[in-house]
Amino acid sequence: MRRQIPLYIVLVSGIVFVIQFFIPSHESEFIFEYGQDWVMVIGILALPLGIWSYLRKTCLTAVKKPKERFFAGVSLFGFAIMMLTGLRRESLMAGSLYMDLFNYILVPIQATIFSLLAFYIASAAYRAFRARSVIATLLLGTAFIVMLRLIPLGPISDANQALVAWILSVPNMAAKRGLLIGIGLGAIATCIKIILGIERTYMGRD
Amino acid sequence: MNFYEKMLNIDRRWIYLVLAIAVILPAVVSFYVPVNVTPEVRRVYDFIEDLEPGDKIYVGIDYDPASLAELHPMAYAILDQCFRKNLRPVVATLSQFGAGMAEQALADVASKYNKASGIDYCYLGYKPYPAITIMLMGVDFRVPFPQDYYGTPLDSLPLMRYVHNFSDLSGVIDLTSGNTADFWIIYGYGRYFMPLALGVTGVMAADYYPYLQSGQIFGLISGIKGAAEYEALTGYKGEGLKSIPYQTASHVIILAFIIISNIGYFASRRREK
Repeated sequence: MRRQIPLYIVLVSGIVFVIQFFIPSHESEFIFEYGQDWVMVIGILALPLGIWSYLRKTCLTAVKKPKERFFAGVSLFGFAIMMLTGLRRESLMAGSLYMDLFNYILVPIQATIFSLLAFYIASAAYRAFRARSVIATLLLGTAFIVMLRLIPLGPISDANQALVAWILSVPNMAAKRGLLIGIGLGAIATCIKIILGIERTYMGRD
Repeated sequence: MNFYEKMLNIDRRWIYLVLAIAVILPAVVSFYVPVNVTPEVRRVYDFIEDLEPGDKIYVGIDYDPASLAELHPMAYAILDQCFRKNLRPVVATLSQFGAGMAEQALADVASKYNKASGIDYCYLGYKPYPAITIMLMGVDFRVPFPQDYYGTPLDSLPLMRYVHNFSDLSGVIDLTSGNTADFWIIYGYGRYFMPLALGVTGVMAADYYPYLQSGQIFGLISGIKGAAEYEALTGYKGEGLKSIPYQTASHVIILAFIIISNIGYFASRRREK
């Protein structure tokens, strides 16, 4: 019974909301908005679960792995500081300690970490973009043309820009469109399997 | 190891060093890189330029600090154009990291034109669950945002007194580094048929050309180059145009290493034969 009830809830609610989407009426809108409210409530309940999971893992790491104790401590310290400084509504205002910590620590750190990608991409491009086969040559040539759009090439700049526009608007778009359709069809198939109870991975292992 | 094999096996630390020098060089020796404006960026500019003073437009600041370098210049240029034309931007963020950056951009640009919050613009703040928030904004802004970012009820704000949902806005410009763009396309355009333009990172841009071609979005600003194009159109002197020499220098270095790698590859193959 414990496994049957969730399956019936998913079946009924899935069918109701599929039908609701195609019926434009006040009752249909009410059902949709009521369901959205419940989604928000359930989503908020996931927050303490996520916090508990993070704290539990970090504390266990600090206790059981002496080499990672310092980093676990830094992580817990940062969590505590941001949580304590962000508790009041006024914390969101410019000039507050919370926003200063965000603007002068978190923002530069995130931007720096993301900037490191440029070096890894340069190294990866050097090793990967080699004309080993016809397909690899095609990839290399396309990457070359697209990257050249930023470099002033004098008389051939306009031709290069037009070629890049064609690459992005035609072959790239065709491939992306095929991907999107495939992903959409796959999502529909998965949703039908979930609604009908064929796909039960969301229930976890018993 | 002969010369060509060395070309194939350059230590990555040399690559990092050369790239670092290339990125530092434009700061020492400044040079100008002409920016070619693409049609998809121009359409966003023309859309805002064609609006009348007093028109309201939604600007979404839905990115995190990792994408700040690419998308923040777009936000500044777009807000500058909005305030210059006396438009009334309604700004919100659906990214948990966006609140501080949106507030910073608004404060910087609004102060330049002496614009007041609640009168000339409204900053709604952050709300989670982008899909649900977008749908609720389509019903009434007061449902997800009963107050603005500063705690003032929306009905108390002169700007928002007659703004209830998307039908009171002229369009949506969403700047995002995540999947918020997909939600705006599905719900903002798909459900409410709002004119929608996107500003995305360079990596994401290629994914959204299908939507540009189908008309689901009318404009697309991609990466720091897109930001530089927009600044060139608006005349706003921001970080976008300043960043292009750095990006150009790094691209030249990457292309040079790719050429070196392929010369070494083909020469080595010929020697083996």
